[in-house]
Amino acid sequence: MKHFLTILSHELRMLLVNASTYVAAVLFLALMGFIFSGVLDNYSKAAQETSPATVFFQLFWIPVLFMVPLLTMKCISEERRLGTLETLLTAPVSTTEVVLGKYAASYLLYLFLWASTGGFFFILHRFAQDPRLLDFGPMMGGYLFVAISGLFYVAVGLFASSLSRNQAVAGILAFSILFTLIIGLNYAAGLEMMNRESMQPVHALLEYVRTFRHLDDFSQGIVDTRQVLFYLSGSVLMLIFSILGIEVKLLHS
Amino acid sequence: MPDDSPAIEVRDLVKTYAGVTAVNKVGFTVARGEILGFLGPNGAGKSTTMRILTGYLPATSGMVNVCGLSVATHGDEVKKFIGYMPENNPLPDDMRVSEYLHYRGRLKGLARAKLSIRLDEVLELCDLKRVRHRIIGKLSKGFRQRVGIAEAILAEPPIIIMDEPTIGLDPHQILIVRDLIAGLRGRMTVIISSHILPEIEMTCDRVLIINQGRVVAQGTPADLRREVFGHSSYALEISGDLEAALPEVLAKVEPTLAISETGVPDATGFRKLTLATSREDDLGEALLRALSADPRLRLRALTRVHPTLEDVFLAATKRGWEAIDAPKPTSK
Repeated sequence: MKHFLTILSHELRMLLVNASTYVAAVLFLALMGFIFSGVLDNYSKAAQETSPATVFFQLFWIPVLFMVPLLTMKCISEERRLGTLETLLTAPVSTTEVVLGKYAASYLLYLFLWASTGGFFFILHRFAQDPRLLDFGPMMGGYLFVAISGLFYVAVGLFASSLSRNQAVAGILAFSILFTLIIGLNYAAGLEMMNRESMQPVHALLEYVRTFRHLDDFSQGIVDTRQVLFYLSGSVLMLIFSILGIEVKLLHS
Repeated sequence: MPDDSPAIEVRDLVKTYAGVTAVNKVGFTVARGEILGFLGPNGAGKSTTMRILTGYLPATSGMVNVCGLSVATHGDEVKKFIGYMPENNPLPDDMRVSEYLHYRGRLKGLARAKLSIRLDEVLELCDLKRVRHRIIGKLSKGFRQRVGIAEAILAEPPIIIMDEPTIGLDPHQILIVRDLIAGLRGRMTVIISSHILPEIEMTCDRVLIINQGRVVAQGTPADLRREVFGHSSYALEISGDLEAALPEVLAKVEPTLAISETGVPDATGFRKLTLATSREDDLGEALLRALSADPRLRLRALTRVHPTLEDVFLAATKRGWEAIDAPKPTSK
């Protein structure tokens, strides 16, 4: 693991000098700002039952579906396409170190982007002067959820990137997997047939992995270790698959 | 690293890709400090063999030892012994030269303090000082190539493997690279592959020619000439009674002399002939005397033909591996 930090710092540096990072960050913040102001607009019209933070985080999947593939799609496919993966892996570095280094860099950027939306809440707090609008609990719960689920989502993106040398393919693959995980499972859990007696085990399973239920729990301040474990084990699995993805491609290259 | 083992030892190496055999029972050893040239037509298995040596690709079967350690079981240690420059020299486009070398140095386990000193040395050695702050993507081919070489020798590994290091360089840069490689002689074991044959001949102690995944010839350039051609040859321009008189004279000079090629007579009646003999020493003078002494023959030119490595290469790769499996011709 001694090269993990070298690779991490290199990857972070490359992200920071790359213009596309800033473009992505600006677009992300613009989108989030738009959503946030939309939420506040609703509050200004009529009183709502839930706090703005809860509603804001309810829409977390919109940026996740677009940002995670964009952030992670070039991680490994770019190296593979340029051939620098060969120089990287012929240095005394293990595939695990490479994958973890890239993963950590992407995850830190993901966290940083989300953390910068904290500015919205700060502005709201500073200028609205209304303590009712700033509910600290759901906000922290929401950020905690984003941080934990992000581990999994970024790992999914990295895995998709390890499968193809084409960035676009990797991006679309990541988008599809994430869409299935977040929206697809939610939809499946809500299907009419899930209410049947015979489908009970499947329904229980879908309910367990349903992202929006996790989000509700976190927003209410419930940190269920089962849910944390779901995301952690999912990310570990995806990282192992990424490592295998790279090595299998070498075996059959 | 055990001291008595050869730098690289390969035995019965086989690599198949999806049913296609890229490398088929290749075996060779490289002594420490030796410079080995790797020759072969495109698709012969040069790059595959090099990639297996570096531990990047796993072999299908066979044994590869680097400095006495097996690549298959001690991959991580072996990678420390090797500086590798892949085919086409892939480099990240959005880094500066010194940044890239610094990063690579850190990956190769050089300590920061030592690295900055070594970085200066390498930049000087590869004549990259002027471009150290330039972005790699904006460099010309020659500079990029030298960045790749600088990267390979950066950590002073005992073995350097370069896949076509001189490709796309101008003659002046080729000279620099050649000097650079020659400067490593004795200190580092170097394996280079190239298509530029005179290049290999000038820098390499030993040459390995592979074709269709097989080693078709190996040895010093001089050995190869002997092995592949099995004879020395002379080119003549001659006219006169070639049917009767010439064989008679030739037999008197050296019984093994034979006419191997006959050209068409030109306007003045002279034709070009090639003579072959298994004698190693120079028969030129004896031939010249004998031929000019005979009144039936008129000799215009006589030269001993020195086959270039190019000829050896062409002959060896044309021969293919069927010839290698067959018993050796007795002409040797």
